[in-house]
Amino acid sequence: MNAIEIEDLSVDFNNINVLKDINLTIEDKEFVAIIGPNGGGKTTLLKTILGLVKPSRGKIKIYGSKSLDKSRSIGYVPQFTKFEKTFPIDVFDVVLMGRLKSNIKFFHRYSKEDIEYGKNIMNMLDIFELKDRQIGQLSGGQLQRVLIARALCTEPKLLLLDEPTASLDEQSKNNIYSILRELNKKMTILIVTHDGGFVFSYIDKIACLNQKLFYHGEPELNKDIMDKVYGCPVDAIAHGDIPHRVFRNHEGEL
Amino acid sequence: MIDSILKYTFLQNAIISAVLASIICGIIGTIIVEKKLVMLSGGIAHAAFGGIGMGYFLNIEPIIGALIFAIASSFGVVTIKEKSKINSDTIIGMFWVLGMALGIIFVSLTPGYPPDISSYLFGDILTVSKIDIYVMAILDFIVVFVIIGFFNHIKSYLFDKEFSKVIGINVKLIEYMVFLFMACSVVVLIRVVGIMLVIALLTVPPAISKLFTYNLKKIMGLSIVFGLVFSLLGLYISYKLHIASGATIIIISVCSYVISLAVSKLLKKDQLA
Repeated sequence: MNAIEIEDLSVDFNNINVLKDINLTIEDKEFVAIIGPNGGGKTTLLKTILGLVKPSRGKIKIYGSKSLDKSRSIGYVPQFTKFEKTFPIDVFDVVLMGRLKSNIKFFHRYSKEDIEYGKNIMNMLDIFELKDRQIGQLSGGQLQRVLIARALCTEPKLLLLDEPTASLDEQSKNNIYSILRELNKKMTILIVTHDGGFVFSYIDKIACLNQKLFYHGEPELNKDIMDKVYGCPVDAIAHGDIPHRVFRNHEGEL
Repeated sequence: MIDSILKYTFLQNAIISAVLASIICGIIGTIIVEKKLVMLSGGIAHAAFGGIGMGYFLNIEPIIGALIFAIASSFGVVTIKEKSKINSDTIIGMFWVLGMALGIIFVSLTPGYPPDISSYLFGDILTVSKIDIYVMAILDFIVVFVIIGFFNHIKSYLFDKEFSKVIGINVKLIEYMVFLFMACSVVVLIRVVGIMLVIALLTVPPAISKLFTYNLKKIMGLSIVFGLVFSLLGLYISYKLHIASGATIIIISVCSYVISLAVSKLLKKDQLA
């Protein structure tokens, strides 16, 4: 079964066309990156998939279902740089948030299983020793792992990450991608990213987005595809025989 | 003072209302500080003045009128903000002055001797009535019960609304609940410190607590304690010196904040050394 099926999706904000006629299919256990310029609608696409933004037209199916119970199968990792880091909450509580159920139960307390589940995931991501830290006391890479842990606590089949490595140093970046590659064995992963370079060796497909979906396929682009895409203005460095290339700027159509 | 407390009901009422106000303040004030809703709480307080005026005009309890206006304005702000792209500051400002203006009109239309408005503007904990206490007690009970009952979900909403929505939590319900409670807490405080000074008692205790702990529950608990100390101390001093109680409470609160800030800085320096 396909993880995500998007058909003729358009999203407008105040009469501004943010996404136009998007068709995208992501198979189960694929690792897909959405790249594209700022303001190109990457985050909007992610939010539409999550149900946070209502599409103006078109359909989105998550594992074959349109209904809201898709919430249970999507794990969401928001942009960690946008957090209110002074909020009085510690790492363990953030991770456990992922165990909350949608039905609000009176006097809800986390069960032993919830706590055990959270602990296991924190151990797996190597953040258990940080559990009592307030979230403002974490490095970017640590906070990112905490947010991934929280998303994993929802037991997702599909993991969505919004710029998971923005403003991280190379080592933390590597660390996050190796975690994602490990997770990819068990679940579908969709990331929005500005990363190029080594990242593409982990990725099955890229989707190049700037209002429209310009390209959707293997990350190892050849010149033919590039011409077809007619380039998102991103620096994309692909692994393989051709070591380095830069997309051209948009022309014509836009 | 103990003899007088036992002798005079108005002093008993004052102490009970100080306790009730501190409880709701500690909990809701923490939420207000964390969600940066200080301006909104000020706006709600001033909008409530319209309700007080309406109460006098229609000859119903002013605190009931205040409650109606406070709830209406807080929901009004959220709804307008959601439906339009107008900056919430702008809307809050309008509710703020509209409430005040309506209050003034209502009061001037009220037949007979003009009511004592200044006790609502600046608060007079010594004139709190039995009905005020009942209203405060009921609001306190509801707020404490619901916040404790839904604590994990509310905390999740406060920290990350978007994620809470993604995992299927009804964030809209929680949001309206939080705004409802804000309106309630403002009304409770109007009798104690007055419309003009509400913001201080909502924000100072959590601001001080935040200097010493990172735990949301502890911030709420500490805020209740600080609020209680400030209001009782303010009550005592104002009673002894025959000065305005609301203003005294505020001055004590803000001075305490400055002192706490200095103390916490010193403590941190010690830890570093």
